[in-house]
Amino acid sequence: MIQVNGLIKDYGERRALNSITFDANQGEIVGFLGPNGAGKTTTMRILTGYMPPTDGTAIVAGYDVVEESLEVRKRVGYLPETVPLYTDMTAVEYLKFMADLRNIPNSKDRAYETLERVNLADRADSYIGNFSKGMRQRVGLAQALIHRPEVLILDEPTIGLDPAQVVEMRNVIKEIGKDRTVLLSTHILSEAQNLCDRVLIINKGTIVAEDTPENLQSRLVGSQRVVLRVRGDSDGLDATVKKVKGTRKIETKDSETIDVRPQVAKAVVQAGYELIEMRPVGMSLEEIFLELTQDNAAGKKS
Amino acid sequence: MRNIWTIARREYNHYFISPIAYIVAFAILLAIGIVFGINFFYFAQNSFQNPSAVPDISPVTGVFVFLLVLSTPALTMRLISDEARMGTLELLLTAPIKDSELVIGKWLGGMLYILSLVAVTLIYPIILNGIKFGSFTLLPGFVSPGLDINVVLSSYLGLILIAGVFLALGTGISAMFTNQIASFFGTLILFVFLWWLVGFPANVVPGDGAALFQYLDMKTHFYGALSDGIINLSDIVYYVSLIALGLFTGTVAVEMRRWR
Repeated sequence: MIQVNGLIKDYGERRALNSITFDANQGEIVGFLGPNGAGKTTTMRILTGYMPPTDGTAIVAGYDVVEESLEVRKRVGYLPETVPLYTDMTAVEYLKFMADLRNIPNSKDRAYETLERVNLADRADSYIGNFSKGMRQRVGLAQALIHRPEVLILDEPTIGLDPAQVVEMRNVIKEIGKDRTVLLSTHILSEAQNLCDRVLIINKGTIVAEDTPENLQSRLVGSQRVVLRVRGDSDGLDATVKKVKGTRKIETKDSETIDVRPQVAKAVVQAGYELIEMRPVGMSLEEIFLELTQDNAAGKKS
Repeated sequence: MRNIWTIARREYNHYFISPIAYIVAFAILLAIGIVFGINFFYFAQNSFQNPSAVPDISPVTGVFVFLLVLSTPALTMRLISDEARMGTLELLLTAPIKDSELVIGKWLGGMLYILSLVAVTLIYPIILNGIKFGSFTLLPGFVSPGLDINVVLSSYLGLILIAGVFLALGTGISAMFTNQIASFFGTLILFVFLWWLVGFPANVVPGDGAALFQYLDMKTHFYGALSDGIINLSDIVYYVSLIALGLFTGTVAVEMRRWR
């Protein structure tokens, strides 16, 4: 559905995108993760036909974004970061306008229908200017959904929403992502984790990692970490645990799935300590993200 | 075509909730009303002394055209500048419409608004001429035997063409700036140039040069021409080319925004 190959975008001297390559399939929710200014919005703007790339190709819904821009735009729904709304229109007027621009028959019915889908039917005839941030975001999403697009591109869809609205928005996106392609950007990692089938981490215009959230986590952690809390004289504990650690390291290199906890527990208990608590700590996506993006920054400087 | 109409309709509706559009309408209609009233009573009192004066509609169309120079920048300044400022341009540029359709739609929206004002001023030729169908008089007019309808039509054609030119150039300039005030003054300066300044060299440059500057002057294609019932193809071509130039400039400016 989305095939991006060697995409480059220069803003004057500054290179915003440095040869980005990825793809996204139908029924897949792909998350774009990266700090501000990493190139997320630039990529999305190229994919929606808003601006042409400096170099490289992008094919969305089977059409080239430069050569067949209008065809791409017919098939893509786009929610920009700053939700573009006409505050002097009512929600339904606005959606009817957008539906008319896309030549949808019975545009008014479609507008009401779409408002229902984002749970805003009760405010259909209110002016958008009086809407809260969350409601505006939902009108923006409705606008992106009005033509039932094959590909949905959402730039930070949950930013500025309250927790309940975030959950609601995520459910709507998940629902849509079942049979359509969704590309969304975020810098909230938990969001990428529980929403996306696949995550692309982008930094300074390059993709630094790409995988499922789970794989990304385990791949980058590489090993299991365990917090131990023991009671007793700490002398010799180090040595005991070190002994276990050593064996574990060898074993985990063979297979990552082995649970090391029983052995650790046994060793600790055998050494005469009372084991109070032991729990596994996965490296959080936050840490992975910081590690990746910071390493990258340091690497570039040197 | 349908996209142009969708854009134009929204723009037209927007004028009716915009205070600037109401101020422009009020100012234009008030000024025309005053000028018409003064002329009307002047001729009513002096027609015996000056029986050769032929009544025409120039107190309406001539004044309207002049007021357009000053007021269209206020009508066009927000057309595209404001979309860019509010971020809604991103919406329109990712919708399946061509850049030219967007620009033409914006222009057409402004055109429909001006045409509404023009329609209001039709009351004045009706006051003078009445409403007559051949020998049947539905409403008697104030002048006898009535107005030369062809001159009225020609004047209105000129008025509509000039409105089209001003709106097209204004739309083009609005596409260049994100700031409405910049668009307003950019447009006003261009109009002052085309309406007054470009014709001046015609008085000093000898020979064909004078003819060139005279041709470039927007006024000369209206006053003494369309305004007097003389329809020349060259005048129409001049105005239509300027409309095309304005719309083309606007389309290029929108396209250039994509590359920025």
